[in-house]
Amino acid sequence: MRIELVKRKEHSQAMLLLSPLIAVALTALAAGIIFLISGHNPLIALYKFFIEPLTQQWSLEATIDKATPLILIGCGLAVCYLSNNWNIGAEGQFIFGALFGSALPILYPDFENVATLPLMLVFGALGGALWALIPAVLKTRFNTNEILTSLMLVYVASLLLDYLVRGPWRDPGGYNFPESRIFSDAATLPDVFGGLMSLSTPITIIIAIVLALVLAKTLKGFEIRVMGESPRAGSFAGFSAKRLTLFSFALAGALAGLAGTMEVSGGLNQLLPTISPGYGFTAIIVAFLGRLNPFGIIVAGFVLALSYIGGEAVQSAMGVSNKIASVIQGLLLFFVLACDTFILYRIRMVSRRVTAGETSHV
Amino acid sequence: MAQTMTTEVDDGKVRNDRSKKDALLDARGLTKRFGDILANDRVDLIINKGEIHALLGENGAGKSTLVKMFYGSLDPDGGEIHWDGRQVEIDNPAAARDLGIGMVFQHFSLFEALNVVENIALALPNPGNMAELAKRIEVVSRDYGLPLNAYDVVADLPVGIRQRIEIVRCLLQEPRLIIMDEPTSVLTPQEADQLFLTLERLAGEGCAVLYISHRLEEVKRICHHATILRHGQVVRECDPTKETPASLASMMVGADVAAVSASAQKPQIGAVRLGLKGLSAKAATPFATALNSISLKLHAGEVVAIAGVAGNGQGELFDAISGEMPVASSMIEIDGKACGTKNVTWRRRQKAAFVPEERLGHGAVPGMKLSQNIVLTRHSTGDGLISGGMVSIQQASVMEKRIKQAFDVRVSHDDPEARSLSGGNLQKFVVGRELDRKPGVLVINQPTWGVDAGAAALIRQAVIDLARAGSAVLVISQDLDEIFEIADRIAVISRGYLSAAEPAADMTRERVGLLMAGGAEAQGEVA
Repeated sequence: MRIELVKRKEHSQAMLLLSPLIAVALTALAAGIIFLISGHNPLIALYKFFIEPLTQQWSLEATIDKATPLILIGCGLAVCYLSNNWNIGAEGQFIFGALFGSALPILYPDFENVATLPLMLVFGALGGALWALIPAVLKTRFNTNEILTSLMLVYVASLLLDYLVRGPWRDPGGYNFPESRIFSDAATLPDVFGGLMSLSTPITIIIAIVLALVLAKTLKGFEIRVMGESPRAGSFAGFSAKRLTLFSFALAGALAGLAGTMEVSGGLNQLLPTISPGYGFTAIIVAFLGRLNPFGIIVAGFVLALSYIGGEAVQSAMGVSNKIASVIQGLLLFFVLACDTFILYRIRMVSRRVTAGETSHV
Repeated sequence: MAQTMTTEVDDGKVRNDRSKKDALLDARGLTKRFGDILANDRVDLIINKGEIHALLGENGAGKSTLVKMFYGSLDPDGGEIHWDGRQVEIDNPAAARDLGIGMVFQHFSLFEALNVVENIALALPNPGNMAELAKRIEVVSRDYGLPLNAYDVVADLPVGIRQRIEIVRCLLQEPRLIIMDEPTSVLTPQEADQLFLTLERLAGEGCAVLYISHRLEEVKRICHHATILRHGQVVRECDPTKETPASLASMMVGADVAAVSASAQKPQIGAVRLGLKGLSAKAATPFATALNSISLKLHAGEVVAIAGVAGNGQGELFDAISGEMPVASSMIEIDGKACGTKNVTWRRRQKAAFVPEERLGHGAVPGMKLSQNIVLTRHSTGDGLISGGMVSIQQASVMEKRIKQAFDVRVSHDDPEARSLSGGNLQKFVVGRELDRKPGVLVINQPTWGVDAGAAALIRQAVIDLARAGSAVLVISQDLDEIFEIADRIAVISRGYLSAAEPAADMTRERVGLLMAGGAEAQGEVA
């Protein structure tokens, strides 16, 4: 018997929806095996990881709070990936956006009025876009590989943040701790629903909905999808691949930068050496798990946020390293991509044909 | 490929009178079908030991299909292959290699980042010690007059040397038959001469060579025997040393078929609608062809066809006219307006329409529905598909139904993805999408490539009707039957040079064949 992948005539709509669900199930199974091997009861661990955070108000809010930047970054990345631009550097764009957005409250702490917050958000988006345009320009001008350049710029941004909070931007009254001054109220994103969530959540949801409409209904959305699937047909349609590369990177960078600024201004209220638990990388998984569709990304962002909260839960309750969260995120991406194969292919079992030739060892 | 000419008489078929006792490979009645197309129809072919055997035919005649069956990458649907007197089944390339069949591909399968010895080791079943292999490579390659440095990195090597690596890779497996697919298409004349010496030496040692080429001069020079395929069938075998390039060309294109007259209606020739003036462009990649000062005036009311063997600049010419490859402004004029630098959307707004050779991935997006594929080329042509930046799905589906109906596009369910359509149906759709606009200038590359006879006839008729209604039509085709059927004037493209367009009635297949084999080039250089 031999297993063959046979190309389907059209994309399977059923598999398009089933693939992420199967991937989540396979991830849970694999996670259970990992828990078992490391000497824990897999059922209890899986419950603590995936279910328990959903049963309490505070952990549910914490999950939504963590899902927010993932969704916002994931939406931007979806535009990149749909158009065949492999932006892996959202983490750097998130950090650089946060830096740009924080410049105002840190350098001009006395500038406090109604314009402070909007200006910060605009700067944040601008900073992220500028950072993302570096690999985009390198790609369009010099044909560099954007996967490498965007990824490498993550470390540049992260070291820049580290330098600023330990050096020039350190809080003068902060006892030499590596952190910036606390933002004023005018520079703080207000909380909503009285809990852990800030205004960033509703802003993110609105952006996701608008983006979903743009992708589904407009000529720009059509251009993005055509370019991703068939660049040659895209140029036959009169679309410019270079311009779209610049556009998609700028958009993804702007959304990541906005997420960075909202994270700093909404939750942390200051710059710290680590402002992100790897949101920019996790958002890659969110984008694919969400089918590169903003509505799907909202759901996927929530699922991935759960893995952060769940990781902390199994660490505190069972003493499992919270690195298990990264392992499970990686497994999830692996299974999603594997299951996606079946959207355009199906499995066929073939019994081996007897060969009459002199090819015994083949 | 046209299949309208199925009634030709096989008077050219020569019985194979060569002695069979030296037969190395003996194919009997090989048949391969792809959907509606019979790519190989009961092909008989005998290759003797030590023979350089040419396989000739137009594009789409079935050469690649046949060769792929010998090399194990396609399973025949019928017929048998005998190797050295025993019947064999060649399931995969590894089985072919075990028999002693090696293949040198037209486009190389080398890893650029690796060096010569690493590349060769990857292809061998038991590469053994790398240092020893390197020594063997240098000895064998020098021995056959194709010297290689085993530790050169492939990325740094010119095309000619890369081909040597492929050949030496074959030689190391001590093949008894080497298949070469257009080996000289990437070589300079000097490199080609070197290759011929090697082939002659191999043949002298008893190794057989199956040689696929469009260059009839070199076939005549080095091949001992030739088999000519046409529409998937063996139409002729001959000794090429006793033929001329012109006679070989006429066998390939089937000069024995009576020419079809252009069209019953006489064209009403009007003003120039598409003008090419000294159109030149450098080759963008090593595999591309440069365009050399191409000039042509296309008038309202006429169909002009450009004949030529694949890879002589047809794709580049199409891209230049459509605007996908920008050139100097004055080189292209549509209705008198210079537009060499304008993009494809601007040209479409000037009532020009384009149908590229590749349906899937160029003319249409495979994974998108037909209605979305209408938006692809019609979004800016004033069809009401876009308002305020939004795509009107309703309007797209109205147009999709209209085009499907007018051009008899048969689909299994409503608005399917483009990839699910058969070649003929998709081509009718892609052509219909453009003709639905009643364009002033239509440029169409390989209009009926791989299309069944019914669809081909419908497309050709539609193209002629469009011209007679006052549009100018440029057809780029490799199918001479088609060209003689629909063209009012014929030009030939060869190595990026275009011959002067001459009235179809004054053209013969022999003359077209000669222009294809380099005559157009000479004419272009004089001009």
